[in-house]
Amino acid sequence: MAEARTQTPLEVAPQTEVMTINIGPHHPATHGVLRLVVDLEGEIVRELRPVIGYVHTGIEKSCEDKSYWKVIPFVERMDYVSYFFQMEAYCGAVERLVGLEIPPRARYLRTLFLELNRIHSHLVWLGTTALDLGAISMLWYCFRERDKILDLFEMATGQRMHTRYFQVGGVIEDIPLGFEEKLREFIADMPVRVGQYQALLDRNEIFLSRTKGTGIVPRERLLELGVTGPLLRAAGEPWDLRKAFDYLAYPEMEFKIPVGTVGDNYDRYRVRLAEMVESVRIIEQALDGLPEGPHIADDRKYVLPPRSELSTSMESLIHHFKLVTEGFRVPPGELYYSIECPRGELGCFVVADGSSKPARVHFRDPSFVNLQAFRDMAVDTYVADMIASLGMLDPILGGVDR
Amino acid sequence: MPDAPGLELIRGEIEQDHPGAVLDTGFEHEQAYLAVDPGQLLAVLTWLRDAPGQGYRFLSSLHAADYLPAEPRFAVHYELLNRDRVERIRVKALLADPAAGDGNAQSLPEIDSCVELFPTAEFQEREVFDFFGIVFRGHPDLTRILLPEDYVGWPQRRDFPVGGEPVTFTFNERNYG
Repeated sequence: MAEARTQTPLEVAPQTEVMTINIGPHHPATHGVLRLVVDLEGEIVRELRPVIGYVHTGIEKSCEDKSYWKVIPFVERMDYVSYFFQMEAYCGAVERLVGLEIPPRARYLRTLFLELNRIHSHLVWLGTTALDLGAISMLWYCFRERDKILDLFEMATGQRMHTRYFQVGGVIEDIPLGFEEKLREFIADMPVRVGQYQALLDRNEIFLSRTKGTGIVPRERLLELGVTGPLLRAAGEPWDLRKAFDYLAYPEMEFKIPVGTVGDNYDRYRVRLAEMVESVRIIEQALDGLPEGPHIADDRKYVLPPRSELSTSMESLIHHFKLVTEGFRVPPGELYYSIECPRGELGCFVVADGSSKPARVHFRDPSFVNLQAFRDMAVDTYVADMIASLGMLDPILGGVDR
Repeated sequence: MPDAPGLELIRGEIEQDHPGAVLDTGFEHEQAYLAVDPGQLLAVLTWLRDAPGQGYRFLSSLHAADYLPAEPRFAVHYELLNRDRVERIRVKALLADPAAGDGNAQSLPEIDSCVELFPTAEFQEREVFDFFGIVFRGHPDLTRILLPEDYVGWPQRRDFPVGGEPVTFTFNERNYG
């Protein structure tokens, strides 16, 4: 594969007929309930229109009818592969609205779980995308490691998915005994596994020829389209909110931002694999530097008192009752808080009107915005390249439709 | 984020070319915002994007909110980002509800589309139209994006009830319809 990896316009014999084909909403290669209306000239995609909204469940509207702490499980279910990120975006926004500082241990635990979730999300992406490209065994290998992460989630939070682990003020409970050991086992294992995935795919002729030089979108165009995350970094733009903005424990962590050079599907694959290794490094540092202390803030106006206090302290009982029945009130204001999710910038915009329910919760979901670049990636390429590009775009339709 | 004098400077420079464009500036939870006259929105956005020394070239997010019962009722927010200086600024265009003025429930608030300036706004403006009924003048394809095309109503408005829509199952239709 020594030839230049730049995209050349395809020269095909003129076809007379353009055929409009509907792909989805339930096609397995669409990774969710995405429908594509594609104009085909022979096997070349000439025009493409994504049709979305099939799993729209009105989560943003429902959030307006729930007290602040009850919104957390709702928002988790938007992008169902990166649920910790949704929780962090929402809880972080509410904490900033009420001016609540979270304790250092909670910052580190959140960082740790976010990075575990990033690996989990990238594993789901790698397994399903390689499956689309014909490398079926990758799915089983990736889901083997993913299951280990889910085991860790279950151990710490009681749930494998949609954990509701992050709370306004910190995390709901400390990591259990034995968690650290299991996690260390996992982080020792993970870089080796990433190497194995690379060994399987990097010398796979089919995989290489289907990813190299396909789906290129210039960096400037990606920025115009608001694309963020691995897609943008694969085009050579080292933009990562973990470095750019100061949130959680990321300023104290040492990690690199992997970038690509050409911006084709192969670079997108390489960037994500490298990100997994960087995430492992962050987890390791977070675990080594995990500060002692409380795992949740000690502000009884926003955080539930410990269970043990309820039988001895009347005040705690009142706080508990107040928080569980009415919830806490947030002073009027609005705020946009953004974090780096596995797919790019995940922003949460919350408007508070002084009551115990948010007046507006909006999520700027990276899948939704990045999907706009799909037309640029796929038009004037083969249908098969379109499938590869869609996989590398990695949209989660739960996040797109909300 | 520009600091307070920086924000006033921005305001002053915009006012020089476009008097009356900026209605208010301020900080909310350490985030700078400019409240602008919706009629001159595009002028302000263009200035923030292209004026030397500004360079807010990246539109992170575009969203709307309904501040009922406040007046003006709606606002469209543009979260602009300068990636070189890592500064965010929020441009807020407040829109009155024309239906409250002329009594015609069909009339919708209108604002200029910024798709020409920021192509990323295309989906997001459609989303705002879909949920709030805010019309973006000049948008290439202003149709509903997440809701069905034949949907009636603007569900993210605060006066639209949660659960206000009956779920129609064939069983219910047959027996109780």
